[in-house]
Amino acid sequence: MEKEESFHGPDIEPDVEDSSRRNFLKQSSLLTAVALTPVTALKAAEMRVDDKVASVFEKLPLKMEVNGKQQNLSVEPRSTLLDILREQLDLTGTKKGCDHGQCGACTVHVDGKRINSCLTLGIMMNGKKITTIEGLAKGDQLHPMQEAFIKHDGFQCGYCTPGQIMSAVACIREGHAGSEQEIREYMSGNICRCGAYPNIVNAILEVKDGGQTV
Amino acid sequence: MEKVINLNMPSSSDGMSRIDGRLKVTGAAKYSAEYTVEGLTYGVLVGSTITNGTITSMDTKAAEHAPGVLAVVTHLNAPKVPGFQPDPSKPAPKKGPLKIFDDNKIVYNGQPIALVIADTYERALYGASLVKAQYNKEPHQTSLQESIGKGYPPHGDGLYKRGTEDAWKLAPFKVEQEYIVSTNTHNPMELHAIIARWDADDKLTVWDKTQGVKATQNDVARLFKIPVHNVQVNSKFVGGAFGSALRTWPHEVAAIVGAKVVKRPVKLVLSRADMFTSVGYRPYTWQKIAIGATADGKLTGITHEAYGQTSAYENFTEGTVRVSLNTYACPNVNTKYNLVSLNVGTPTWMRGPGEATGAFALESALDELSYDLKLDPIELRLRNYAEVDPESGKPYSSKFLNEAYQMGADHIGWKERKQEPGAVKKDGWFVGYGMGGGMFGAYRDGATVKATMMTDGRLILQTAVSDIGPGTGTAMVLIAAEKMGIPADKITFENGESDLPDAPMQGGSGTTSSVGSAVHDACAELKQKFQKLIGNGDTDNPDYVQVLKQHNLPLLEVTTKSNGGDERKNYSMNSWSVHFVRVLVNAATGVVKIDKVASVADSGHIVSPKTARSQVVGGAIGGIGMALMEESIIDHRYGRYINNNFADYHVPVNADIPQIDALFVNKPDPYINPMGAKGMAEIALIGMAAAVANAVYNASGKRVRELPITPDKVMA
Repeated sequence: MEKEESFHGPDIEPDVEDSSRRNFLKQSSLLTAVALTPVTALKAAEMRVDDKVASVFEKLPLKMEVNGKQQNLSVEPRSTLLDILREQLDLTGTKKGCDHGQCGACTVHVDGKRINSCLTLGIMMNGKKITTIEGLAKGDQLHPMQEAFIKHDGFQCGYCTPGQIMSAVACIREGHAGSEQEIREYMSGNICRCGAYPNIVNAILEVKDGGQTV
Repeated sequence: MEKVINLNMPSSSDGMSRIDGRLKVTGAAKYSAEYTVEGLTYGVLVGSTITNGTITSMDTKAAEHAPGVLAVVTHLNAPKVPGFQPDPSKPAPKKGPLKIFDDNKIVYNGQPIALVIADTYERALYGASLVKAQYNKEPHQTSLQESIGKGYPPHGDGLYKRGTEDAWKLAPFKVEQEYIVSTNTHNPMELHAIIARWDADDKLTVWDKTQGVKATQNDVARLFKIPVHNVQVNSKFVGGAFGSALRTWPHEVAAIVGAKVVKRPVKLVLSRADMFTSVGYRPYTWQKIAIGATADGKLTGITHEAYGQTSAYENFTEGTVRVSLNTYACPNVNTKYNLVSLNVGTPTWMRGPGEATGAFALESALDELSYDLKLDPIELRLRNYAEVDPESGKPYSSKFLNEAYQMGADHIGWKERKQEPGAVKKDGWFVGYGMGGGMFGAYRDGATVKATMMTDGRLILQTAVSDIGPGTGTAMVLIAAEKMGIPADKITFENGESDLPDAPMQGGSGTTSSVGSAVHDACAELKQKFQKLIGNGDTDNPDYVQVLKQHNLPLLEVTTKSNGGDERKNYSMNSWSVHFVRVLVNAATGVVKIDKVASVADSGHIVSPKTARSQVVGGAIGGIGMALMEESIIDHRYGRYINNNFADYHVPVNADIPQIDALFVNKPDPYINPMGAKGMAEIALIGMAAAVANAVYNASGKRVRELPITPDKVMA
């Protein structure tokens, strides 16, 4: 018989002997300041007061502009931009495909540049301007890249599509859409499992060659 | 005037665009994890860290005390799933689906041992990291190669024979080789996800990634012993699946159990790592194939055996060796199919399931034979062209594979191919051509469609079928537009909800045939209803709006079930494909580049050219992944996947893929269904891996018989 630590995905914690909330209480400066006695602390843990204290503590203010709208949020420092968009702002157009920056499904623009929102902590976004797929069209008028993706069938299931489109727009803006070969290279951070790659390239070429402002 | 589409190489902009395109490019299409549900909580699974054995104790205290954690569900405290409990009136089955949280047994690494539920995703994820288990570890086996002696036939003796056994041995020309297909993981871009909400003690709603809402509804009702109509399953958009959502998996049960425990809705999204252990895969399969032929290239015998891996708790079987029975005319064929039980999760059908695995062996071996015979590989196939089904003796309902060979050969520039391997080298790269064929049964299941004509001229089609990406809705709308004689933009298609009329699983390339027939028949019936109203059976396309108004009707509707007749009794129905590839093989590094592809489908009448093209292109790319890069690797010392992420499990990316010519014979099958359309999803992939391997040999003289064809194998 042997003891093994269970794990889940990337969030492997060091083997802390007692990583319960009591540790948090001991370490937290507020509670040090109020100098709770160990007995009180224990009592607090039993009452789960620590949860309530923690929920205040563990959140920080975040101000960012998302699709032209100012958002004043209170987020945990460990929350990714992706999870904030999807779970707090209900902007589910930005997709979670891997959570490791390996698939590109979560691509959004920050101050006009493409990034993987799953690799970006929300609190790093203070004062930034975020554009997600929901913010690309002008009202009912689709962005030329959205039109081109429809026309060239740049998707099947549609799940990677928002990330592909955000990347495609950035690819042209960056000046990386000079040739089919260059587009393929600079779109390779966005995986499409349905295999729409040639259609995606055709869509980008059409927008590029059409000379529209992206 | 509509543009005439040249289906002998359509461009990506030809044909009607997807009806759900706008939703997909704006982010408005909602997938299973994206519904706003009041009181939502988040579940994260904890996987076992051993590969075989039992859990002896669990420490969940730290997790339970972590902020926001509402419950930690394990086998120690989970409410019993009624459907998991043995039926005393029946003998206990030896094998069956994994009963999550039902007992302490561990049979594969990463098997879920706990579900941590919290008020936010981050808190659930952190809570999951705090769950600890102690195990009694037992020896495990995850290597098929090491366990091949323990192979067993899953049903009967696993043997098939026609004519003389092992007749290939007596032939003047013969090939006998072993081939390996590595484990491939479906890895759709959308992570499998479910939101489970109990609406009452015996009433449940789930938003779930599934290829069949009706099947999921039935499974869930059976497992939780609640009335079928009390289970609502919604799966309106599915972000790819390729087979991984063809059955109900343990994590779906876990979320439903979890929602019962916390008395709130639970959202459970698998991690990418979970996708390797929890929702099936294409099983690692070892094959040996032997083919004999006369000097003029007539096949005299095929012997084909396969050992595919399965889990310790279920037998998963697929049609790996079937390709040898019925692809080519050959009088003597014997096959043997075995499973090897390992400490892994159960595999499942992955696009072009067993046939893709079998075709890699058969189409590679035929290629090897063609070099021995000094015969063009297409010519070898034509000399053994089956005019009737060699297995059943039935005529084919349709088969234009010979035309497909010609189309593909013309497009790839087959005449540039040199019979001698390694003959063409340009700028440090060898250039070679290869081809490989595929076939898959063409099916038609029963399906029901409700068609409603509204006074504003809109036609609404409703059926439960999922649309995992092929463009089912688009094809259905085109079928209805033609039948009703109305523009496609007047038609809406509603699907993916279990309270809609019955439809089969989206699988086995059967949807256009099955549901399309029901759309066709429903439209025919609806039209008849209109014609009856106006008392004129001759009016081909009545003015529907006018008729409704004249009769003061708010709408006219029909619900039509379509089953088809007994055509299948008389005909062998199949779709066919052939893939042609030109590759470049780097002489110094062994890197293989796909330079040009022409994939041809003989899949009957093409209903929706734009989406059909994408389907063929996508299948070809899936086949390229299988050929060159996809391999889920287990470290057999620990029984654990070591490349369970997109950085290490390589799938094709944009830079790997050139423009792909998708070609269609586009001749209707006269028997299968009213549209004459056969399936396409599977054949788009089947045969591609062999085409690539054959091209690599033609280019470099290196025959790689174990997928994927990585540079080390090319240079070995």
